[in-house]
Amino acid sequence: MAKVPVQFTLNGSEKAEFVESGATLLDVLRDKIGDTSPKAGCRQGTCGSCSVIVDGELRLSCLTLAETCEGASIVTTAGLAEGGVLHPLQRAFMDAFATQCGFCTPGMIMAAKALLDRNPDPSRDEVVEAIAGNICRCTGYEPIIEAVLSAARSNSISAA
Amino acid sequence: MRRFAYLRPARLEEALAAAAEPETAWLAGGTNLVELMKRGVARPARLVDLAGLEDLATITPLAAGGLSIGAAVRNADLARHPVILRDAPILAEAVLSAAAPQIRNRATTAGNLLQAPRCAGFLDPGAACNRRAAGSGCAARGGDGRDAAVLGATEACIAVHPSDLAVPLVALDARLRVAGRDGERTIALGTLYGADGASTLPPGELVRAVLLPAEAAGFAGHARYLKLRERTSFAFALVSAAAALRIAGGRIVAARVALGGVAPRPWRPAEAEAVLAGAVPTDALFRAAADAALAAARPIAENGFKIELARRVLVRALTLALRGTPARVPALAASPFAPAGEGARHG
Repeated sequence: MAKVPVQFTLNGSEKAEFVESGATLLDVLRDKIGDTSPKAGCRQGTCGSCSVIVDGELRLSCLTLAETCEGASIVTTAGLAEGGVLHPLQRAFMDAFATQCGFCTPGMIMAAKALLDRNPDPSRDEVVEAIAGNICRCTGYEPIIEAVLSAARSNSISAA
Repeated sequence: MRRFAYLRPARLEEALAAAAEPETAWLAGGTNLVELMKRGVARPARLVDLAGLEDLATITPLAAGGLSIGAAVRNADLARHPVILRDAPILAEAVLSAAAPQIRNRATTAGNLLQAPRCAGFLDPGAACNRRAAGSGCAARGGDGRDAAVLGATEACIAVHPSDLAVPLVALDARLRVAGRDGERTIALGTLYGADGASTLPPGELVRAVLLPAEAAGFAGHARYLKLRERTSFAFALVSAAAALRIAGGRIVAARVALGGVAPRPWRPAEAEAVLAGAVPTDALFRAAADAALAAARPIAENGFKIELARRVLVRALTLALRGTPARVPALAASPFAPAGEGARHG
């Protein structure tokens, strides 16, 4: 079976790739395009480390067939910094010591971004619920929750 | 993963024609199917993506009352839809108890109802599994019974049905609008599931919508879904219960009850509903209803704990339903054993 052409936007730039039947968005991002910010953890939809935002919605790139992404707009953690300035969430994760080994961090930041994009002032429970699909094996949830709440506060201060 | 042809039709007729070919699978959210394909448990030769069929993704009122919930409505959209929150908030409660945000953003209504069992034997292509390969045996029979049913298990299969959403839908007498090349038909949701929980739909048929009857809204003020699991989020039910009551003059006018995590199908214990109907609600009545619901339960291996757990979860769900549906489903499920608080009435 021939490879299939797929075109989408990744962090604002146009991409056109020929993908294998069965290739996932995660495979294409990491192995063809070289954006390794989404991590390949369980590859079964249970760890959240491959989370990316597709058309404004948090998705698992390991369970997303690349062929279904024709015309989509995809955002990954690698695309968050602008002009060398970190995104407020990235800054907050650093300031709160919310990373240990760092493997879950890009997925956590994507989940947090998806939350703050639709709910700029979340409660602690809403933050917990928003990262419920993202597993941290270094047991660092508390600083991660604090980082997301802190990023939300700094956003609302800068917006005020 | 086996290579497959990928089709994305824009019209229902094209989709049904494409699905008439053998070894075709419908692709909706893909959260279950893609995982099964990666494991080698599902090996379709063709995928027909439903993303191009826009009318499958809408929730609309029915002329005769009730709602039509499109088969491809995403779980996340169902859980925040204002008409669902008004007429059947128990569906939102069940959906939000399931999976994680990433999954709910993609998983669909019909995909949820048709999801495969999470039995370890089923998910391992090297293990014996009658459900996956008829007559091959059942690897789960030799296990500790943790994934196994306590009601309705068959000789061939002891896996439980994993859906949360199906539990309140079965309780509320939901039906399915099913399309095939020969036309459309409407079936009771309960008949979607065979004795082993597998879909009874012939290959090539497509669920277009879940139909919620007008009577369902009469239960909206007293309907709760309670799920017990090994952690507070992103876990399948050990046991769960949907309890929906219609209360008038201090009596239960009508009761709808279903259990999850205990049987190969979403389990609707008519015996429990009969105990409740017409009675004055008391703790003793709820315990009698739960005893009736579990009277036929039998343990497999070491899962006898599920029988007592299911009794208690049903009593608790009935108690919460009697107090009234909360005005808002919380972001995080509260502990089922915590004080229920004010219990603000719905609507």
